[in-house]
Amino acid sequence: MSKRMKSILVWVVIALIGFAIIQVAILTGWITRYYEMTLMLILINIMLAVGLNLIVGISGQLSLGHAGFMALGAYTTGIITRMMPNLGGFALGILGGVFLSGIVAYVVGIPTLRLKGDYLAIATLGVGEIIRIAILNLDITNGARGLSGIPKLATWYYAYIVVVLIILVAANYVNSSPGRATISIREDEIAAESLGINIQKYKMIAFLIGTMTASVAGSFHATYYQLIVPSQFDFVRSIDILIMVVLGGMGSLTGSIFAAVFLGLLNHFLADYGSLRVILYAIALILVMLFKPSGLFGRREIKASKLFNWKKKGVSQS
Amino acid sequence: MSILSVEKLTKQFGGLTAVSDINLSIQKNELVGLIGPNGAGKTTFFNLLTGVYKPTKGKISLNVGKEPISLIDKRTDQIASLGIARTFQNIRLFKQLTVMDNVLIGMHQKNNVGTIRSILRVPSFFKMEDKLKKEALELLAIFNLEDSADVLAENLSYGQQRRLEIVRALATEPSLLFLDEPAAGMNPQESVELTKLIRKIQQEFDLTVILIEHDMSVVMNVCERIYVLEYGRLLAEGTPEAIRSNPDVLRAYLGEEE
Amino acid sequence: MSSFMQQVINGLSLGSIYALIALGYTMVYGIIKLINFAHGEIFMIGAFVGYATIQFLNVGLIPALLVAMTASALLGVIIERVAYRPLRKSSRITALITAIGVSYLIQNGMIQWVGPNVRSFPQVLTNTRYDLGFFSISRIQLIIFGTSIILMIALQLIVHQTKMGKAMRAVSMDPEAAQLMGINVNHVISFTFMLGSALAGAGGVLVGLFYNTINPTMGFLPGLKAFIAAVLGGIGIIPGAMLGGILIGLTETMVVAYGNSLLRDAVVFVILILILLVRPSGILGKTTKEKV
Repeated sequence: MSKRMKSILVWVVIALIGFAIIQVAILTGWITRYYEMTLMLILINIMLAVGLNLIVGISGQLSLGHAGFMALGAYTTGIITRMMPNLGGFALGILGGVFLSGIVAYVVGIPTLRLKGDYLAIATLGVGEIIRIAILNLDITNGARGLSGIPKLATWYYAYIVVVLIILVAANYVNSSPGRATISIREDEIAAESLGINIQKYKMIAFLIGTMTASVAGSFHATYYQLIVPSQFDFVRSIDILIMVVLGGMGSLTGSIFAAVFLGLLNHFLADYGSLRVILYAIALILVMLFKPSGLFGRREIKASKLFNWKKKGVSQS
Repeated sequence: MSILSVEKLTKQFGGLTAVSDINLSIQKNELVGLIGPNGAGKTTFFNLLTGVYKPTKGKISLNVGKEPISLIDKRTDQIASLGIARTFQNIRLFKQLTVMDNVLIGMHQKNNVGTIRSILRVPSFFKMEDKLKKEALELLAIFNLEDSADVLAENLSYGQQRRLEIVRALATEPSLLFLDEPAAGMNPQESVELTKLIRKIQQEFDLTVILIEHDMSVVMNVCERIYVLEYGRLLAEGTPEAIRSNPDVLRAYLGEEE
Repeated sequence: MSSFMQQVINGLSLGSIYALIALGYTMVYGIIKLINFAHGEIFMIGAFVGYATIQFLNVGLIPALLVAMTASALLGVIIERVAYRPLRKSSRITALITAIGVSYLIQNGMIQWVGPNVRSFPQVLTNTRYDLGFFSISRIQLIIFGTSIILMIALQLIVHQTKMGKAMRAVSMDPEAAQLMGINVNHVISFTFMLGSALAGAGGVLVGLFYNTINPTMGFLPGLKAFIAAVLGGIGIIPGAMLGGILIGLTETMVVAYGNSLLRDAVVFVILILILLVRPSGILGKTTKEKV
């Protein structure tokens, strides 16, 4: 039991240290208003990358429609908070978005999760595009002009808390019996089935958690940037998220977090280069696949419990 | 009491009839062998029983509970949760996962904590994890694998991998165990040990075992009854002694002209 | 009635172009089980090469078509050699992500190089319309039909009458067995990329002609739609790609003519989801299951 307490303690301490560092950096003027946008983008990208990694890295199903689910959260929250410009509206928007993406993901998942990897990729791409086209054609979403004047309700510390929660949910899921069942599907569907694992069910659970977190990310996007248009949630955005997952290592949540931070900073400095930046990403993607397809972290994780043990071992050995 | 009965089971792939009109009946706690030349349809037969393939026609019924249940139109995972476990001819371990994880995945059905309570880390989650890990170690110990619990499955020796696959199947707490060539690739000494082990687990776990095997010594030593397949048909059935002297079987195996 | 016939003609011409692109997808998938995501970009490059040839060399349509096909074929072969061949033993998800990377690279490379602007495709011929009573058909449409039919017949001849075609069919059934029979699998795969990419290049020039405009992002949507056409017809099956292409072209045209033109892309994706739901192996496909 005490080992568990230590692991929880390490978690809390790491989360608090991260929070304190950012807070101090802001207070001392190290992080300016301009940098705060990047900070927010990084936090949102962590939500997206961790969620997509559950689908792509943990359950082994390639989804190319992640931005579509982000759009569901963004628009639901945008519409609700424009009517209810307070934190209650924000919370309602997040819940509404999660609910809506859950339903869409479920309906779409039933036929598509039966398919083998590459069909699923195209089907989810199609779903992402259908969502975007629907938003483009609806009155309530204001078509191509998008929604403007969304109240600014998201702050970096709300986003930070949600990021920590999402990482906790994902890590707890992966390290549990349902999570192991999901991983076994990635490893060998037929063997998993022969052990009584309902592969549809666990693919669906991973898909649901992943898409719902994307929706939460969308809610933060809407209430931070205050303007949302359909083109922010196109295929290119889905690929951006996929690149983070791939660079960090499919199956490593730690890797996704690092890649989101790294690419967020890189984006910040390459913001003026437009298509050159995308070219660099494309080349990076190809090179990683060719020479280190497991990404930065492979499937390794930095675990709170291990971190503590490692320190202890380090001391006793030296 | 017959635990598994198969009637007129047939499977056609396009024009090819891989399994044709097979009838058989397995009694509880039997250790039955299924032999036959390459391509006789043995593995296809296992795949039909475990729902990997859908039969073209025929009946399969399993009798482990109060009344017999038809296995036709059941998914593989449903059949597995009714109490049928199997191993694969070409070892299908989760190679990138640890030995412990392989066994824990086998125990998945026993874990009734559920997704949401697992994520919330309620106390029963930890209780269940500890209990299953303990049971997994006990199972591994029977097969001398307990020291390798944290090793990746792909780093085990070939014989160890075969044994781990049996452990993983046992972890599902089956009533019926299908072993698809468990001795394939083992040396004679390993084969003998495996034979003993199969007997031992059959008694210890109150199992009914069906065994596909090429290694005649294993089959003849361990099985109480043998079915012989040839070209998808049932060629013969009987005790090892009867099979050994059956002229049809000799012809099928040695290719003698009549 | 006459306007409906007119739409059918328009749908068929769009459909023949989709069919040309879909053929490349289906052949590559048939042989290495990879969705060549960059195929739409090869189509785009074909359009640009055709454009450049006509614009700067002042040649007619047929030389431009041939140059575009050659350039596309070369590009396809290079992509396979550099990006896909090293990954042949890797997981499909790895290869697919690489294909997405290649697609991204070519598209944004072109944006960087020629700029994101839409250009008008040079008019190499006067587009007269021939009135046939119920409907009329334009000269460009006739050229599209003519070119597509000739290329498809040529493809059928190559696949069914030549030694290389036989090797292609062998590799698509069982690469290892084909190798043991002395077939050079690498050559066959290169050849398949060459054929498929040449067809996509031709499609690019025809689209430039048909819609009159080209731009670096033009490959994305037609590429996806052609892929959906290949899935609809049954991926890996050559006649399936032709059938699927025609059906997608007709559907899209009908949606624009009688429905809401904003939904033309959504409808195609809905078709994809439906076909995957009802018959994932496609109209002409057979179901197979992994060997255990």
